[in-house]
Amino acid sequence: MDIRKVKKLIELLEESNLNELEITEGDDSVRISRGVNAANYSSPIAPAITPQAPAQMVQQVSSDAVEPSSDSDAAEGHKVNSPMVGTFYSAPAPGSPVFVSVGQTVSSGDVLCIIEAMKMMNQIEADKSGTIGAILAEDGEPVEFDQPLFTII
Amino acid sequence: MLEKILIANRGEIALRILRACKELGITTVAVHSKVDSALKHVKLADQAICIGPNPSPQSYLNVPAIISAMEVTGSNGVHPGYGFLAENADFAEQVEKSGFVFIGPTADTIRVMGDKVAAIQAMKSAGVPTVPGSDGPLSEDESSLREIAKKIGYPVIIKAAAGGGGRGMRVVEDEDSLINAISITKTEATAAFGDGTVYMEKFLQNPRHVEVQVLADGQGHAIHLGDRDCSLQRRHQKVLEEAPAPGIPEDARRAVFESCVNACIQINYRGAGTFEFLYEDGHFYFIEMNTRVQVEHPVSEMITGIDIVKEQLLIASGQTLSFKQDDVIFRGHSFECRINAEDPINFMPQPGTIEAYHAPGGNGVRVDSHIYNGYTVPPNYDSLIGKVITYGHNRDAALARMRIALDEMVIDGIKTNIDLHEELVRDKAFQAGGVNIHYLEKKLGL
Repeated sequence: MDIRKVKKLIELLEESNLNELEITEGDDSVRISRGVNAANYSSPIAPAITPQAPAQMVQQVSSDAVEPSSDSDAAEGHKVNSPMVGTFYSAPAPGSPVFVSVGQTVSSGDVLCIIEAMKMMNQIEADKSGTIGAILAEDGEPVEFDQPLFTII
Repeated sequence: MLEKILIANRGEIALRILRACKELGITTVAVHSKVDSALKHVKLADQAICIGPNPSPQSYLNVPAIISAMEVTGSNGVHPGYGFLAENADFAEQVEKSGFVFIGPTADTIRVMGDKVAAIQAMKSAGVPTVPGSDGPLSEDESSLREIAKKIGYPVIIKAAAGGGGRGMRVVEDEDSLINAISITKTEATAAFGDGTVYMEKFLQNPRHVEVQVLADGQGHAIHLGDRDCSLQRRHQKVLEEAPAPGIPEDARRAVFESCVNACIQINYRGAGTFEFLYEDGHFYFIEMNTRVQVEHPVSEMITGIDIVKEQLLIASGQTLSFKQDDVIFRGHSFECRINAEDPINFMPQPGTIEAYHAPGGNGVRVDSHIYNGYTVPPNYDSLIGKVITYGHNRDAALARMRIALDEMVIDGIKTNIDLHEELVRDKAFQAGGVNIHYLEKKLGL
C-alpha cells in the first residue's frame, strides 16, 4: 500500500472523531488506531474460502487491553473503571443532558454513566465524592472490563 | 462462512482456534481476564477485550460478559474451546437466542449428553454398546437396588447422572456396602452438581480408555476419525494419549465405529464430538459422549490429515461435510504428551515465569502451546501449558520421535512434568502397548 495513502488516512482519522479505521484493498489491509501505534501494516495471506472484496472501509473501535490510550496516561486522580463489557453512554437517553461534565462536583453514589450490556442498562455510580477531572470514554463507545471511564479529583 | 468469531477460552486451545480462523480468513476476537492480556493468542487476535478479573466465574464463565463482548464487537459466532462453557447448554442456548452462532452442537444435544443417564439411553437405542447397568436412575427401594446390583454382578459403581469426567462416582465391592454407598453418592452429587440422581453400572476391573472421534454436519452426514487410547491417567486426568488404539481386533473396531456414526445420524449431531468407551477383552462399553473438541484432538489429526477445528468452523458456517468416510485415509501412529506446569512429586500446579523456553521440532513433531520466553503462568487456571505431539509411520517410530522431542524440550523457571513423560515413553509395558487405566497410578505408587 502507498505511503501517501496511509498518511492521508492518518489525517482523516485525526480530523474525525473515529477511534479506529481499517481499510482492506485486495490482499492488503491497514488498521489505524487513535492513541496507540500510528499504523499497523499487514499483508494477510488471501483466505482460502472467500475472495476479498475490493476496497472497503470498516469502522471499528479498538479495545486493546495491552496499550491504554494516551488520554488516560495523562489523567490524574481517582480512576473510575468499567465493571463490565458493554457500550458506554454519557446520558440517560439520546438527546438528554449528560449525567456529568468535567468540573462537576459529584457525591459517592451519583450516577456517572450507563453501560449497556445485553440490552440491559446498568447505571455506574461514583465510588467517591469529588470533582470530575476527566471523562475518558466516548458516548456510544464499547468499553471493556476495568477500562478507565472517569477520574475524580 | 462465519466472518468474525469470538474465542471464549484461553491458553493453548484459544491459540489453536485462532490459527484455524486465520486459515479460513475469519476475523478473531480474543476475550480474556485481566492477567491473560499476556496470552499469545490475545496478542495475535484482530481484537482483544478484557471481560473480567482473573477468577474464572467472573471472566471465562461469565456468560453476560461474553455475550456483551460479542455484541460490541459485531461477532457472528463463538468458539467455546474445551472446559469452561464448552458443554454448558444454557450458554449455547443464550448465544443462539441472542442471534449468534454457537460453534458446536445444539443446546438440546448438549443437554442430553450432559445428563449421563439420558446419554446412555440415547446410545442404547442407537445400537452403541453400553456397560451393563441399571438402565436408568436408581430408586429409593432397597430391595430392588439389591436386585439390580445382583443382576449386574459385583463389583458395581454408583455414578451421578449430572457428573462425568471422573467426578461423582463410588465403587461398591459387595452387597453389605451397597445401600450406604448409594446414599452417600446421592448426597455428594446434590452438593456438587445440584442433582442427586444416580445410576449403577458394572465396574470393569482392568479396562482401557478408548474413544472415537466423530464429525457431523447436522445435515444428515457423519463420519468417524478413528479411535484414541487415553488409558494413561492420573485421578481421571489424561496424561499421554495415542491414535490409533493399539492391539484392538479389527472387527470390534469397525463395529463400534459404525455404531458411533449411526448414533450421530440418529440424534442429528452437529460438530465435533467424542464417544468415550471402556474397552476390555474385545468389548467396548460406552460411558459418555463429549460434545466439544478435546484436548487430545491433534493425534487424530496427525493420522488422518483432517483439521478438526477447521471442520468445526466450516460446519458452524452451515456447510455440509466436504468429504465422505472413504475419503479419510488412516496412516501411521501419533502420540501426545500433555505438558503441565506442576510439581513432579506432588502434582500441585506450579505457576511462575518461564525464563527459558525451547520447543522441539523436526520431522513429525508438532507443538501446540501458547507459552513463550518470559511468559508467566498464572495461578488461576489449570496447569496445561502445552502439548507435544509426534507422528510416525508406525507406533515405534512415533514413540521414538517423542523420546527425542522430549529430550530437546526446555522449560526453565517453572516445574513441569516433562521428566514424567520421559519416564513414560521409556516404560516397557507402555512401549508394548495396551496398558489399562490403572497402570499409571500403580506405577506412581498411588
